Amino acid sequence: MKGERRLSDKESAKIWASNTKRWKERWGRTITFISVSLMAVIGISILLFVASKGLSTFFVNKASVVQFLTGLHWEPSKLDEFGKPFVGALPLIIGSFTVTVLAALVSAPIAIGVAIFMTEISPHIGKKFLQPMVELLVGIPSVVYGFIGLSVVVPFLRDHVSGSGFGIAAGTIVLSIMILPTITSLSVDAIRSVPLQLREASLALGGTRWQTISRVLLTTALPGLFTAIVFGMARAFGEALAVQMVIGNSTVIPQSLFEPASTLTSILTMGMGYTVMGQVENNALWTLAFVLLGMSLFFILIIRRLERRRIYR
Amino acid sequence: MNAKLADRIATIVFYMIAVMIAILLTGLLGYLLYNGLPKLSWDFITSSPQVFKEGGGIGPQLFNSFYLLVLTMLISIPLSLGAGIYMAEYAKKNRFTNFLRTMIETLSSLPSIVVGLFGFLFFVIYMGWGFSILSGAFALTIFNLPLMVRVVEDSLRSVPQSQKEAGLALGVSRWEVVATIMLPAALPGIITGVILAAGRVFGEAAALIYTAGMSSPTLDFTNWNPFSPSSPLNPLRPAETLAVHIWKINGEGLMPDVRDVSDGAALLLVLVILVFNLGARWVGHLIYKRMTSS
Repeated sequence: MKGERRLSDKESAKIWASNTKRWKERWGRTITFISVSLMAVIGISILLFVASKGLSTFFVNKASVVQFLTGLHWEPSKLDEFGKPFVGALPLIIGSFTVTVLAALVSAPIAIGVAIFMTEISPHIGKKFLQPMVELLVGIPSVVYGFIGLSVVVPFLRDHVSGSGFGIAAGTIVLSIMILPTITSLSVDAIRSVPLQLREASLALGGTRWQTISRVLLTTALPGLFTAIVFGMARAFGEALAVQMVIGNSTVIPQSLFEPASTLTSILTMGMGYTVMGQVENNALWTLAFVLLGMSLFFILIIRRLERRRIYR
Repeated sequence: MNAKLADRIATIVFYMIAVMIAILLTGLLGYLLYNGLPKLSWDFITSSPQVFKEGGGIGPQLFNSFYLLVLTMLISIPLSLGAGIYMAEYAKKNRFTNFLRTMIETLSSLPSIVVGLFGFLFFVIYMGWGFSILSGAFALTIFNLPLMVRVVEDSLRSVPQSQKEAGLALGVSRWEVVATIMLPAALPGIITGVILAAGRVFGEAAALIYTAGMSSPTLDFTNWNPFSPSSPLNPLRPAETLAVHIWKINGEGLMPDVRDVSDGAALLLVLVILVFNLGARWVGHLIYKRMTSS
């Protein structure tokens, strides 16, 4: 183009510098950095706050860690003959682990079965009907699950099995329905990510569909399936309200699945409103929260391990 | 056993599991509809709850749920946009980014009751906001952020690389590429994700019990001055939401028709969330269509 003069490097640099562009760029970068750092700050402060509060039971109120983990007597407002509070949390810890493990045992086989049905047996029905249903179920709030548990499961157990209906069994039923959609949708992802060639190779060798599913698909997708189950367990372990509504909240180790029991979350939910900050009872509840936090970190750790073992994603 | 026979049996078993699940799900929804539908009336939806008598409604709770949702979104949308953009565009592959990812992952897996307790400690007591909508909104923001950040990051990453490169090649600064090219292109995904997150927030209760509180003061719906204590808009008043209300009345409700109120409220809660979920899909689809003109 004649008549036009190309800018020299110096000139264009000058224009660039005088431009607001650079300022905008810096500004945008800073703002986004601040918001992401804020998340890190929130995460760290939650860990620190809960840890400092939770550990004060041991440091300020002089309760022993061993007693906390193995004691059977949960009554933090009272002191024993050594002046230490009764903070035996074993019944709650056992309650939490029992409902979590049982819910996973009930839910996982069904969820993985549905996932296989949706991906391998009938993708059409899976996409059209089951997928939207599972998505809808994920959205149902836990309070509603708790309420249905309270109005259907508990009376059913009371009339047809034994006891008051409140207990581990009711908690397990409610939790396993709650985590079913979570495990299902994650399992579907895991099974779908197994490459088509593996299926075709197995079928080409004369394997039946079941042989392909059981020996090729399931073994290949195993780490992914475990991840799905652990996600479900993490959800079950941290769930508070639905469990609190149906488990009965008695702080003793139950003799059967149909007697009232309690979990870390249920005692925490019930108790926090009735205690005063800084008191022993309150600190003891924060210790429960600390254990919950520790468990959810533990679940993350397991999930990370499993993710590393996944061959196909 | 014969391999063919085993295959048959397995197929039948899988069908049975699928049918069982379908029955369970339709049963759940049917149960909610069957019990709740007769209770839903305009009067029930708008009137105040009764403490000792029957015939109370859930008006203030419903309003609180929506107000809390709006406040939460006002706080969490800008924050998650910022954090999502940073993670998708600026974060380099290094230790710090790795640390941020771990932090976000940790936040997203925290039990909501722990988030609620932190909110109680920090917003209610330390900041001195008391049991209030504001405390609740901030607690819900913490609960909500990790999910929303992931949504924003994923939507930005799914924008074709060529669009970004075209912008950069024109000499436009990175921030402007993000703001004027990437964000609009990622908008359908972001909006869908935000509406889905809104549904989750709407049904959340555990994080709210100790932040937004379990009571609702008498509200004067003609008073729209946000600083007046009886105004529905006052962000510093306690606010029991619909989900918390269901939980509370089933634990300590004194009204004789606890069952009826819970039936109606539970159905309403699920219906609103259903509308959110369907709306998310519909809006996302609509925007996508309009933007790609297909």
